[in-house]
Amino acid sequence: MENAKSVKLILEDGTAIEGTSFGAFTSTAGEVVFSTAMTGYPENLTDPSFAGQILVLTYPMVGNYGVPGEELYKSISKIFESDKIHIAGLVVNYYSEEHSHWNAAKSLGDWLKEYNIPGIFGVDTRMLTKILREKGAMLGKIVAGGQDVELHDPNQDNLVAQVSPTEVKHYGQGQHKIVLVDCGTKTNIIRCFLQRDVELIRVPWDYDFTQLDYDGLFLSNGPGDPKMCTATIQHLQTALSQDKPIFGICLGSQLMGLAAGGDTFKLKYGHRSHNQPVLLSGTKRSYITSQNHGFAVDTDTLPAEWTMLFENLNDGTCEGIKHKSKPFFSTQFHPEAAGGPEDTEYLFDDFLKSVAEYKAGQDS
Amino acid sequence: MEKPQKVLILGSGALKIGEAGEFDYSGSQALKALKEEGIRTILINPNIATVQTSDNIADDVYFLPVTPYFVEEVIKKEQPDGILVAFGGQTALNCAVALFRAGVFEKYNVQVLGTPVQSIIDTEDRDIFKEKLDQIGVLSARSVAVTNMEDALAAAEKIGFPIIVRAAFALGGLGSGFANNMDELRALAQKSFTTSDQILVEESLKGWKEVEYEVVRDQYDNCITVCNMENFDPIGIHTGESIVVAPSQTLSNREYHKLRSIGIKTIRHLGIVGECNIQYALDPVSEDYRVIEVNARLSRSSALASKATGYPLAFVAAKLSLGYSLSELKNSVTQTTSAFFEPALDYVVVKLPRWDLAKFEGVNRQIGSAMKSVGEVMAIGKSFEEAIQKGLRMLDTGKRGFVANKPEQVDNATIDKLLSEPNEERIFAINLAFEAGYTLAQVHELTKIDHWFLQRLLTIFELGKKLAEKRASGLGALETGLLREAKKAGFSDQQIAVKLLGEGDVKADELLVRARRKALGVLPVIKQIDTLAAEFPAKTNYLYSTYHGTENDLAQETSKSIVVLGSGVYRIGSSVEFDWCGVNAVQTAAEEGYKTIIINYNPETVSTDYDVSDRLYFEELSFERVMDILEFEQPQGVILSTGGQIPNNLATRLADAKAPILGTAPARIDEAENRHKFSSIMDELGIAQPRWKELTSLDAMFEFVGEVGYPVLIRPSYVLSGAAMNVVSNAFEMESFLKAAAEVSAEYPVVVSEFIQEAKEIELDAVADKGEIVSYAISEHVEFAGVHSGDATMYYPPQRVYVGTVRKLKVIAEKIAKRYEISGPFNIQFLEKNREIRVIECNIRASRSFPFVSKVSGNNLIRKATQVLLGKKVERDASELVYDLPFVGVKAPQFSFTRLPGADPVLRVDMVSTGEVGCLGDTAEEALLKSMLSVGYKIPQKSVLISSGPILSKIALLESARLLVQSGYVIYATQGTHRFFAEHNVPSSLVFWPDDYQEPNVLTYLKEKKIDLVINIPKNLSKGELDNDYKIRRTAIDFGIPLLTNARLAKAFIQAFCTLEMQDLKIKSWNEYKAM
Repeated sequence: MENAKSVKLILEDGTAIEGTSFGAFTSTAGEVVFSTAMTGYPENLTDPSFAGQILVLTYPMVGNYGVPGEELYKSISKIFESDKIHIAGLVVNYYSEEHSHWNAAKSLGDWLKEYNIPGIFGVDTRMLTKILREKGAMLGKIVAGGQDVELHDPNQDNLVAQVSPTEVKHYGQGQHKIVLVDCGTKTNIIRCFLQRDVELIRVPWDYDFTQLDYDGLFLSNGPGDPKMCTATIQHLQTALSQDKPIFGICLGSQLMGLAAGGDTFKLKYGHRSHNQPVLLSGTKRSYITSQNHGFAVDTDTLPAEWTMLFENLNDGTCEGIKHKSKPFFSTQFHPEAAGGPEDTEYLFDDFLKSVAEYKAGQDS
Repeated sequence: MEKPQKVLILGSGALKIGEAGEFDYSGSQALKALKEEGIRTILINPNIATVQTSDNIADDVYFLPVTPYFVEEVIKKEQPDGILVAFGGQTALNCAVALFRAGVFEKYNVQVLGTPVQSIIDTEDRDIFKEKLDQIGVLSARSVAVTNMEDALAAAEKIGFPIIVRAAFALGGLGSGFANNMDELRALAQKSFTTSDQILVEESLKGWKEVEYEVVRDQYDNCITVCNMENFDPIGIHTGESIVVAPSQTLSNREYHKLRSIGIKTIRHLGIVGECNIQYALDPVSEDYRVIEVNARLSRSSALASKATGYPLAFVAAKLSLGYSLSELKNSVTQTTSAFFEPALDYVVVKLPRWDLAKFEGVNRQIGSAMKSVGEVMAIGKSFEEAIQKGLRMLDTGKRGFVANKPEQVDNATIDKLLSEPNEERIFAINLAFEAGYTLAQVHELTKIDHWFLQRLLTIFELGKKLAEKRASGLGALETGLLREAKKAGFSDQQIAVKLLGEGDVKADELLVRARRKALGVLPVIKQIDTLAAEFPAKTNYLYSTYHGTENDLAQETSKSIVVLGSGVYRIGSSVEFDWCGVNAVQTAAEEGYKTIIINYNPETVSTDYDVSDRLYFEELSFERVMDILEFEQPQGVILSTGGQIPNNLATRLADAKAPILGTAPARIDEAENRHKFSSIMDELGIAQPRWKELTSLDAMFEFVGEVGYPVLIRPSYVLSGAAMNVVSNAFEMESFLKAAAEVSAEYPVVVSEFIQEAKEIELDAVADKGEIVSYAISEHVEFAGVHSGDATMYYPPQRVYVGTVRKLKVIAEKIAKRYEISGPFNIQFLEKNREIRVIECNIRASRSFPFVSKVSGNNLIRKATQVLLGKKVERDASELVYDLPFVGVKAPQFSFTRLPGADPVLRVDMVSTGEVGCLGDTAEEALLKSMLSVGYKIPQKSVLISSGPILSKIALLESARLLVQSGYVIYATQGTHRFFAEHNVPSSLVFWPDDYQEPNVLTYLKEKKIDLVINIPKNLSKGELDNDYKIRRTAIDFGIPLLTNARLAKAFIQAFCTLEMQDLKIKSWNEYKAM
């Protein structure tokens, strides 16, 4: 590549890897994590759950189909998972400078530049992934042009507060009124609801939604350590004492576990991929799911009225919980996909069915 | 579901175009999966060269045709409680559908395991399939299924041109094609109706992207897609003819998952249990799509997907058919995670097809919607550039990669044509276009190949230019940055040498580049394929090398190890038989206590299953890559004599580089390969050879012919791959042939050899230890010499060879073994006429017939050879007792002429068969009949056409004709034959030659299927003579009528079917023969 500028990726264990810059030529620090997803970088990069993270993609060629232009669907982005790039930096083996797709408006590099996010290519991403697998996710930085930065642990920050909106927003019209607690929601969750006869009330992470009139409660995904979201957990505890259906995804699942009285822990290197197998507990039914999380619910700590709903077929970790008698359930994975497999989108229908049932129960 | 106790598995028979080695892989995996469950397995497969028909894989093997009659007989005898029909390609599937319809499974209470036959029928019958898709709102191409010409024309009227015609129930797109108007449609449909009762007239999606998914579903409705693949070539070129990339490269997440979801929905709706493949057309400018087809069985694509991802699809499919759920099975690569997952790749895989079209006289070389390729390769890299350049070299067609090939002068019109009407050279035409200054947009316009792929090729092209620009400064200019960039883009050392130093002594220059590269520390790294992109540790060592990396995934093997070089790409002349040899070599080395390492790159093979060896390098069999691996692994030895000609050709260079080659010294191998050296050694040993000379002028050629007489065999050295080898019968032909084929000069000499007619051809396959033969097998060709040994029908043990001749052969073989100090496998081909023996050639490596003779004799020559190679003392065995064998084996070739429109289906000195079978019988006739039925011959119902050519074959066939008449057959004969038969009181009906334009005309009778078997013997093998009968032969092939072109074989076949009834063909397993 012409005018290639060299940059460095440095991990907290001292590993230093030289590569070539693409995107913004700037330095950054964050938690270095890897994703094994083979497609979906426009979706991944805009997923607020990646806030503060330097993302390593194990798929070796990235940028092939460019980045689509912005399109809106009912006032939200049709393509992206939020309105900006959330990752702190991007690490790849091979950057495809020229792209080709009918839908592309720009290259990945140009898009990163727009948001001042650095990228580095020419890295042995498999070697890097193996380090992260063995030693666990760790802090790191991309250093450009001798402009050094301090290592920084994003999990010490209240990332949710950074990515959550500050105001309440209303979307759509429909027979079910759902409150979405936005801890950094992916827009596809909103799209999934809006396709299903729902009036959506999107509220900030610390908003006291218990005061609202609604039929069902939804807890979104989001970045960082769930224990940072004390305000959400508090409001949630109130909701759990009532009977309105609740559905949580990813961080939302961890928040439900914490509010129920259980504990969460940090996984060694997390699940970030489109191929995570989960088993519906007590059945032979399994699903391939899209995942992006570093923390998980410790099922041993759950109170007796709670049980594991899904479990990971690879490492046995908790992939969702449910209340034994009340209509509360959650998934650690992403039924809304984007990117990744769409096999569990039916859970939105399940949730809305329980909302309908709840309402029917109230009427009678 | 109760687990079955005894399961029958149907194989796919001989390798043919559209159905090749991939089914040896899938069947072997299925057998392994059942064996693990303690289930008794019965395999029917006449393909004796396969790994699946080896000892200790199935409990019982039947070397019988995979046809409804024989399968029913085996069921009747064996009474299995289950049957697997999805592991033997379309052959097994078609057979199963026929048996199902005839109620055979029900009658014998055999449960079809896995996908129900009804689901198979639903996917195979285009009408039902479309209806099934409509039911769930999945789009398919607008199409109409028709059963007659009138409806076909009406359908086209409705849909509008261009349209595509497809035949239902056909493997590899047989009988398919595009039509732009009514006339083209009429011609196409007529042909398609000969292979299928139903054809499909469909909207053409030419230019759309072609994408496939491999889908797995268990009986609990759990469903995953293991891999998706994108064709480099857009719709219009059959996926078997396309360059295919896994995973998809130009699909967005939305497109990828939209198609994935549709696949899962479709497969659930169809009720498939096990594995299947779904193909889509995807609009390149929107998310519009069409489902093209579902293959409800293991396929070429599934074999590729297994190798591409490390996910053992056939193994898992077999387990699922026993009632397991996906989540109950383990990922066999990590051995800790679940089989219910979708592999994440951290590399890219490129598959490229290999064609051998140049071997066929008259063949239409354009590639399109029907398969013509005979093999494929798979290359792995971290970038498309790296993978495709590896792949282009793996094809072994003399190319060095995308660039730096022998320069070609072509005009723009030719380039345009090559790009828009592709043949097997299209990818190289893209390079020619770049050289001629075409823009990327222009190339896209002509090819419709996605810009992204073209851009990657342009990157390679430009890098090549950059290297060439440094030519003035030579090697010194090669600095680390540029070198590494070139290596990352898949340039071989040789390619770099050509670009940097020009076309000089390329092999020497390659070594200079290699030395420079190593001095600069630019080395490849070894990476593992682990199914999960490093998320979990892998337990298996499935490896490839790349220049995109700084760390090896593993260290050198520290226990004593042996490297076995595989066979590389399957092509005419080298296929599954060498995979069998390689696998047996590896197994023997493992038994002898060595860690085993395989290098091979053919996704259709068993040797590239990662559990066959301790380490599998899915890599090029090039000097460069083999040396890289040897230097990294430092093995005790490397075996290159079990993989056919590709590894054998590396012998000298590897030896020069001090590689620890086991067995016969490479210098000796060269003395056998080099015609001059071989000849003088034969003279020195007093062994006769057909006379030959290497000549550099026409005058010298005529002088030589004056000595030996016509016909002569001529072989120009200029033409690659021996394609222009031919027999000429007179001076006129000699001149015209040479004019057409090549120039004759000091630089391009021509080898002319005496061609001995009516000579018997005998082969010896043997193993020697330091020059002493320790084991051997002699087999005899049915045909006289002149038919390539790969196309010949063979008896083992020999049936009509004098004991005295055998003794003489043995003495000659012993002399040769001693002189060449052979250690390991070798093969000698002999001619015998009037008890005089001549040697044609000696190959100091395993030969094509090793698995056949090893299995029939029960004496595994590869095992012996490997033991010798490893230095183990091997006693001379009792192979002389061969005549005591109480049964006979017959090996018969499989031809794929149906798939090669225009090709003249005649046997000559150059090999044209694509596969083979080997069957056993109590008598030679029984074995011959079984084997010929296995390769598609049918016993004629009532009529045979004989056009018997030269007087010698007329005489040879006279008794056969009489036998036919006695057996109640009607003989149709062309003029000369008719007259000859009449003179000898054999009644026949006269039919006119095609050129007589007079009825009753032979072509009319063929088209009306009034003839059940065609025997057409060309007078000689000269071009003029061949052209004469071409129409008869080609029409027979095009209308699916069995054809014989060799009098000796015709005689043997007639003798067999006139004296044997179907019930005389014994249903006996291999074990039963062994116990005789």
